[in-house]
Amino acid sequence: MTIYLLRRVGFILLTLFLASIIIFAATQALPGDVAQVMLGQFATEQALANLREELGLNRPAYQQYFGWLGRFITGDWGNSMVSRQPVRPLIAARIRNSAMLALMALTFYVPLGILFGVIAALNREKPLDQIISGFSMAFVGLPEFVTGLLLISAFAFALAVLPANSSIAPNTSFREAFPSLILPAITVSLTSLGYVTRMTRAGTIDILNTDYVRAAELKGLPRAQVLMRHVLRNSLLPTVTVVAMGIGYLIGGLIITEAVFGYPGLGRLLVYGIQRRDVILIQACSMVVVTVYSLSNLFADILYSILNPRIRYR
Amino acid sequence: MRDRSRGTAGNPPHRKLHFDGEASGLEVRDLTVTYGTEAGPLDTVRNVSLDIAPGEIYGLVGESGSGKTTLARAVVRYLPSNGRIKGGSLRLDGVDLLELTKAEVRRVWGSDITMVHQDPNTSVNPSMPVGEQIAEMARVHLDMPRARARRKAIEMLTKVRMSDPATVARRYAHQLSGGQLQRVLIAIALTTNPRLLIMDEPTTALDVTTEAVILDLVRDLLSEYQTAVLYITHNLGVVARLCHRVGVIYAGEMMEQGPLRGVFKEMLHPYTLGLLGSVPRVDVDKRDIVLNTIPGYIPQPDSLPAGCIFAPRCRGAEDACRAVRPLLVSDDGGTGHLTACRRWQALRRAPEEFATTQKKKDFVEPTTGDVVLEASRVKKYFPVSRVKLSDVLRGRRPMVRAVDDISVRVRKSFTMGIVGESGCGKTTLARCVAGLEKATSGEILLEQIKLPSTVAKRPADLLKKIQMVFQNPDASLNPHHTVGASVARPLVLLRHLSKGQIEERVRELFQAVNLPRDYIARLPHELSGGEKQRVAIARAFATDPVLMICDEPISSLDVSVQASLMNLLAELQDTKGTSYLFISHDLAAVRHLSDWIAVIYLGRLWEIGSALEVFTPPQHPYTEALLSALPIPDPDAKQNRIRLHGNVPSAVNIPSGCRFHPRCPRKIGEICEKEEPPWQEHRRWHRICCHIPVEELIEKQKGGGR
Repeated sequence: MTIYLLRRVGFILLTLFLASIIIFAATQALPGDVAQVMLGQFATEQALANLREELGLNRPAYQQYFGWLGRFITGDWGNSMVSRQPVRPLIAARIRNSAMLALMALTFYVPLGILFGVIAALNREKPLDQIISGFSMAFVGLPEFVTGLLLISAFAFALAVLPANSSIAPNTSFREAFPSLILPAITVSLTSLGYVTRMTRAGTIDILNTDYVRAAELKGLPRAQVLMRHVLRNSLLPTVTVVAMGIGYLIGGLIITEAVFGYPGLGRLLVYGIQRRDVILIQACSMVVVTVYSLSNLFADILYSILNPRIRYR
Repeated sequence: MRDRSRGTAGNPPHRKLHFDGEASGLEVRDLTVTYGTEAGPLDTVRNVSLDIAPGEIYGLVGESGSGKTTLARAVVRYLPSNGRIKGGSLRLDGVDLLELTKAEVRRVWGSDITMVHQDPNTSVNPSMPVGEQIAEMARVHLDMPRARARRKAIEMLTKVRMSDPATVARRYAHQLSGGQLQRVLIAIALTTNPRLLIMDEPTTALDVTTEAVILDLVRDLLSEYQTAVLYITHNLGVVARLCHRVGVIYAGEMMEQGPLRGVFKEMLHPYTLGLLGSVPRVDVDKRDIVLNTIPGYIPQPDSLPAGCIFAPRCRGAEDACRAVRPLLVSDDGGTGHLTACRRWQALRRAPEEFATTQKKKDFVEPTTGDVVLEASRVKKYFPVSRVKLSDVLRGRRPMVRAVDDISVRVRKSFTMGIVGESGCGKTTLARCVAGLEKATSGEILLEQIKLPSTVAKRPADLLKKIQMVFQNPDASLNPHHTVGASVARPLVLLRHLSKGQIEERVRELFQAVNLPRDYIARLPHELSGGEKQRVAIARAFATDPVLMICDEPISSLDVSVQASLMNLLAELQDTKGTSYLFISHDLAAVRHLSDWIAVIYLGRLWEIGSALEVFTPPQHPYTEALLSALPIPDPDAKQNRIRLHGNVPSAVNIPSGCRFHPRCPRKIGEICEKEEPPWQEHRRWHRICCHIPVEELIEKQKGGGR
């Protein structure tokens, strides 16, 4: 197992390295001159030249790349081109916000998704299964801006119990942020819920059809024991992987939901950076998003190998 | 999962609730089982009656589709949702099983009735230690607290002769071999000392050597229990070794039933006679006999013939047989021997009228003929896929030595049979010859010409000469192409014939493998397993190969179908002069078809010689063990009880000296552990690789077991 995990970690480092090249290349390819963007249209030639020299923009691309990578790894992520503030604390605050939203969404949709999936599997092809499967299909298909806006009009306007705008101030505590988190979390959950339900249903149906579950039934074990110990222990393995991998998406990829609710998450920060052509912010944000995705993949692998004795005892 | 309406969770076990009468065993009367299908209800088991006394092992024999598994599932009341028991009665120790509610049935499962399933590898939960899977039986049914249940699990593992039971109890399924897992399943089934034990083909997925050990275990162990055992199998040899009484089931009806010796020695039904005649024997081969075959197919429950259901396939059927369905009658011998054949007296008088085991021509010296294939010093090493950290740190690169220096020779129109347990390297060797794997080293000559290592490098005229038949015809035939197109494919690719010529050739080939012409346009799923394998054989013969590699071509088929395919292969060899490399774990099949036999173990050759010599002592201790493990369908067969214990070592860490020494029943001492054994000549066509001198092997083997 050690070698398995070492290999996974090595693979992730390689992924991050390749991603950093792509990110750097992509930001280089953005139209326009960075110095020009920073100083504005009316800057003098001399000021531009000085800034280029200061930022190292005259050096060859590979030198710029390694310089940037080195600084990024050592924690010097640079200053925003727009606000001239260091980007690291900005990103850190956004990660914290995104993590709060992710946590909230996970507590909504994981237990429900597993429950619905198992119920559907146990009632395979019966009306209950068809209802659950039908709804989960519909929610997977509905875009977040539709569900988000529907929820806002229902709970924020019609019932007026929850805020329509979730733009919380920096460093708001979880408790204070709670009302603002509910609607975005539900919006995200509706999409992911369908996914987890379908995953769980498929996994559970597979395991229900195995010889060892048949054997466990014929051992005369109580039904609940067959279900908990023999079925779910095995059938939730793929679900666990999917959920763990979903964490990356929840933290770094909720661009639409965050936009609909005005929630200050990491996804929106990235969009903001792109809109302002803030190359430094884009680079740092993208690297963080890629890292979060990779770590959630690693987390999924570790979880899987702990739950699956076939990997644990290699 | 069924029966969700009446959960029993939390109910205390009621061990003696229903069973207070005397132990009288299982009593099945006129049992009929129906399945609801799209075509309407189908009675897949009809009017079956049988009794199993406490302590008795009853063997239920039948081919696939005979209804034997349905019968077993009906007995435990575990039919799929579209199946139901339409009529008859089921009593266990006096209790009417059909009267029990579903909740009560669930209580009977595991405590009074237990089951051992076919494939041990899939019947054990992969994410729970095996000991726990035994212990939960003890907790639920014997009301034991956790610690006692754990001790009980170890006690049961000891009982099934597991070495180091305390360690094994903590292991997971993937850490144990098939044989060990089957012991675990047997331990689970016996934990509660059940009244009825159902074993459904428990050794079919195992190697012949492991099967022999498990059969010994089952027989010895069950003699201590007063359990009635229903043992379901298609293997007549297993029945002969284990069972007290036998029932032969065909297309859902009992054909013959009686004591073991009666059924095997004085069979009263032509179906039994046909089945026994279709099993290849170790004392004669293709040059002596043509195996008996049963013409036609097993009828489906919706198209049963009016009279005797076996009549359309019976050589002794008369008009009266086809008119009325015969009843199961006794032979009046007082042994409970029953038959469903109305001509049983005629069968007893003159069995040759009912089945033919034809004699064939004379023995031919197996050294005649040119050498077609000469494989010398072939090695195939694979890199280990799961590398250990300790190996990497020491800079080692472990290899699986699948084939480790094997040389074989195949002569024109003869068959070289290759036998060995699974994982011994026989398939890898075949794939190297066929060019599907690139041999690590060694040389392979076909008709004196050196073969390029892989298929991609071999020119079409060489490819034509070597063809292969695989084990599973379902996987080797494209399900979207007609079988005719599959057979035509090599003709198009390798022989560049015109369209008309190809059509004609395909028709010839179908005729050669005895398939009707209208099959050419069918898709694989419209054919039975045996027919598909005939198509695969036709395809292999399409290019008139000089060498055919048959990798377990009959292993997945029923005995009577196996017999007809073996006859076909023998006949095609006779007419076309093709040489075969025939690979099988089934020693009797190899013996039947082969002129030469090579015995391999852990990637090495241990004995090679003419089939006759290899099967006549002296033999290599490994061959001896394989032969004595072979279940022979004759209750009187005299076999030494030589058993191989432990598992085949991994081909990564090959034992020192003679690589067979850790399992060798005839190991003589340190020399076996330290030195590689020498090759010894015995007679003209027989060589053995062993430290024991041939003369001594003769002496030892005369003496029987150890």
